[in-house]
Amino acid sequence: MKNEKYVKPPHPHPAISSQMTRREFLKRMGLLGGGIAVYVSVGDPSSWAQKPTDFNAFLRIGADGRVTCFTGKIEMGQGVITSLAQMLADELGVTLASVDMVMGDTLLCPYDRGTFGSLSTKYFGATLRQAAAEARAVLIQMAAEKLRVPPQQLNINNGQVIDSQNTNRSVPYAQLTEGKIIERDLKQSVSPLPASRHTISGKATGRIDARQKVTGEARFSGDIRLPGMMYAKILRPPAHDAILRSVNLEHAKKVSGVKVIRDGDLIATLHKYPDEAQKALDKIIVEWEQPEPKVDNRTIFDHLLHSAPPAEIITQNGNIETGRNLAAHTFESLYLNHYVAHAPMEPHTAVVQIEGQKATVWASTQTPFWAQQEVARKLGLAPRDVRVITPFVGGGFGGKTRNQQVIEAARLARLAGKPVQVAWTRKEEFFYDTFRPAAVIKVRSGLDRDHRIVYWDYDNYFAGSRSSEPFYDIANQRVAARGGWMGGGSQAHPFAVGAWRGPGSNSNVFAMESQIDIMAAAAGMDPLTFRLSHLTDKRMRIVLQAAAEKFGHRFAKAPTKRGFGMACTDYKGTYVATMAEVKVDEKSGVIGVQRVVCAQDTGEVINPDGVRLQIEGCIIMGLGYVLREEIRFRGGKIIDENFDTYELPRFSWLPKIETVLVDNPAIPPQGCGEPAITPMGAVIANAVYDAIGVRLYELPMTPARIKKAITKNSG
Amino acid sequence: MATIQFKLNGKPVALEVDEERMLLWILRTDLELTGVKYGCGEGLCGACTVLVNEEAVLSCQTPVKAVNGAEVVTVEGLAQNGKLHPIQQAFVYHDALQCGFCTPGLILKAYSFLAENPQPTQDEIIASMDDNLCRCGSHVRIVQAVQTAAKHMKEGKQG
Repeated sequence: MKNEKYVKPPHPHPAISSQMTRREFLKRMGLLGGGIAVYVSVGDPSSWAQKPTDFNAFLRIGADGRVTCFTGKIEMGQGVITSLAQMLADELGVTLASVDMVMGDTLLCPYDRGTFGSLSTKYFGATLRQAAAEARAVLIQMAAEKLRVPPQQLNINNGQVIDSQNTNRSVPYAQLTEGKIIERDLKQSVSPLPASRHTISGKATGRIDARQKVTGEARFSGDIRLPGMMYAKILRPPAHDAILRSVNLEHAKKVSGVKVIRDGDLIATLHKYPDEAQKALDKIIVEWEQPEPKVDNRTIFDHLLHSAPPAEIITQNGNIETGRNLAAHTFESLYLNHYVAHAPMEPHTAVVQIEGQKATVWASTQTPFWAQQEVARKLGLAPRDVRVITPFVGGGFGGKTRNQQVIEAARLARLAGKPVQVAWTRKEEFFYDTFRPAAVIKVRSGLDRDHRIVYWDYDNYFAGSRSSEPFYDIANQRVAARGGWMGGGSQAHPFAVGAWRGPGSNSNVFAMESQIDIMAAAAGMDPLTFRLSHLTDKRMRIVLQAAAEKFGHRFAKAPTKRGFGMACTDYKGTYVATMAEVKVDEKSGVIGVQRVVCAQDTGEVINPDGVRLQIEGCIIMGLGYVLREEIRFRGGKIIDENFDTYELPRFSWLPKIETVLVDNPAIPPQGCGEPAITPMGAVIANAVYDAIGVRLYELPMTPARIKKAITKNSG
Repeated sequence: MATIQFKLNGKPVALEVDEERMLLWILRTDLELTGVKYGCGEGLCGACTVLVNEEAVLSCQTPVKAVNGAEVVTVEGLAQNGKLHPIQQAFVYHDALQCGFCTPGLILKAYSFLAENPQPTQDEIIASMDDNLCRCGSHVRIVQAVQTAAKHMKEGKQG
């Protein structure tokens, strides 16, 4: 984790006024109808769910016995709505059905930096467990007073505190709280239950939001309807570097019921129907000037190599020169990865309502608390007077952190004097996406006569450094990174880039695990034995062996013409080993992925079904960037604007997927939304090599690139 | 402007609208049925799928005049008296969703497909669903859910 480039919030120090004071929180609790407020101060400075509030996780036990969890995390499909509820239910001794989740509401929930980086279960979950453990202690304390028995004699079960000496004597939580606000500070340390005492966590549990999502009841931001609300469509440039030369709004203004707004660079049409607003927008006559493009998707890699900021050393051990002198074989490879889009099914959407000095925002965002700050600043309001509510988010994958659409809706709501919804079109979604950055990785490595890796010299350009440190035993190693996944402050990228599911790692694991396979083949060894002979990390050995056992075939020195590949990684504490079987049609260049086996050690597993679903999702989404997805552009113009040319994975691509959860309850739960997507490039590239003896160094491995590589190889 | 009448989830509706407007927006805004989703606007993703006379159509490509006199069903119309349709039940049972944005379209697509082919093979399910996109990657579960639904619907009919 060291030296990583984290996604930074827009302000280094969110304004103090956004903090909820204890008094304010109690006031809000009062509005909600009372309950127990347990204050938890989390001192772990490494936690991402850090302050600025002085208490961090909230839960409330209502007069009806229902338990509400307040979390600044949001639900975008990754399933924390269920896993967090499970953790809370277990710790508090209540059924899962009695837990309500309030997520991503800046008025009701404690501050949170954002939902990304597979951190919710790992960090917020730990905080929540602690909060629930303390609430449990408070309830037992109160019951002890009520039943006049020592607290040690009391147990909890199914929302009740029970006298273990006389099980007829019990008191439900609801009777203890009686709908009042009960404030308790627990300074003495209370430990959450050990994993062995969890009865809800660890079991496959259906998603608690499933019913809402199959009936159409689930509300996304675009489903918010307010009296007088207008839908806004915004005039967009044809390219990021285009300059507006002239604009004529007269025809647009003639559309019945339309309101045309121009405020500096913001030109929009508003209507009570979104399609009518679009019709009016299409009537705007506009002239743009676009500079001659300097770079496109073919020249981007040279451009990046030339534009890179100075290198930052990520890790360094031993001496590369020494290692090179020991090497009998040396290997030098250049790995390339293109820009890819997040392409969530729900485009960016926001609704903003301004009433006097207060604003309410509904936004599809991974960062509601940043949105609160940004809207407050843009509208000149106090952050506490801006409430951001996050309904269900229709996919994020790292792409919904910037809140551009929220600011647009806020500006237009103020100008129109009415509630405004901004819902991007798919074209806008592709245009303003913060793409996963195109990246170049140079690897030089060497083997000695005994087939040991003696040096590893790794230069990463613009991928981001996550997962770039080798976990193999290599005496002499150096890893350097230039530019992060946010661009590293350079202007090298012709448009915005940002975190994309497993940021940095998708490119790094592709490079690292391809290079390992190249060396394994050169050493005349099968890729599994070669890896294991360089691995002392026990967790990695275990996941590799678990995957190999499930995969069921013996590996041999590649190429074997069988199309078997493997790749593994340690993604921020989650260990993944993936194995795949592919068929390559050498004539068409089409790769058919037949089977993918993935073993994962994610520490304690809260919701096995949820973890498997995330792994499957990673594998399927991974096939997209590995086989087809690539943003084509000329200068600031994005050529791919919809799913006709930008191909997402489909049902017909489906390999047989098998997942193995390596049980490791001794380690607290780790993230699982991202890890398994990161080895997908290497596992398929290695399987392709095994199938046809041709090595691909560039993602995606499109049919055209496969054919080209075959020709090059035979020529 | 024209008067357009159709049956929506079993109830008659009559609208005075520009008949060229797309059914998607009429449903989502004029009629406030938000289960139907905008995903691409060009008929490339299937999120806007609804049933017109039991057949799955892309509502973002269907002018409202095309459903005059027809029976339109959206995802809100599938459950009867609070009881989920077997396809919905199967999606819940298999956790065949993540973000849930593509789910209504997928369920309605499956509905129309199973009406035509009540005992499909896995390959037939995959082929029939191929134009519906799911970015979260729930495909494995969705195929299982459609298989389970087919089984239950068949049993239901026999029983």
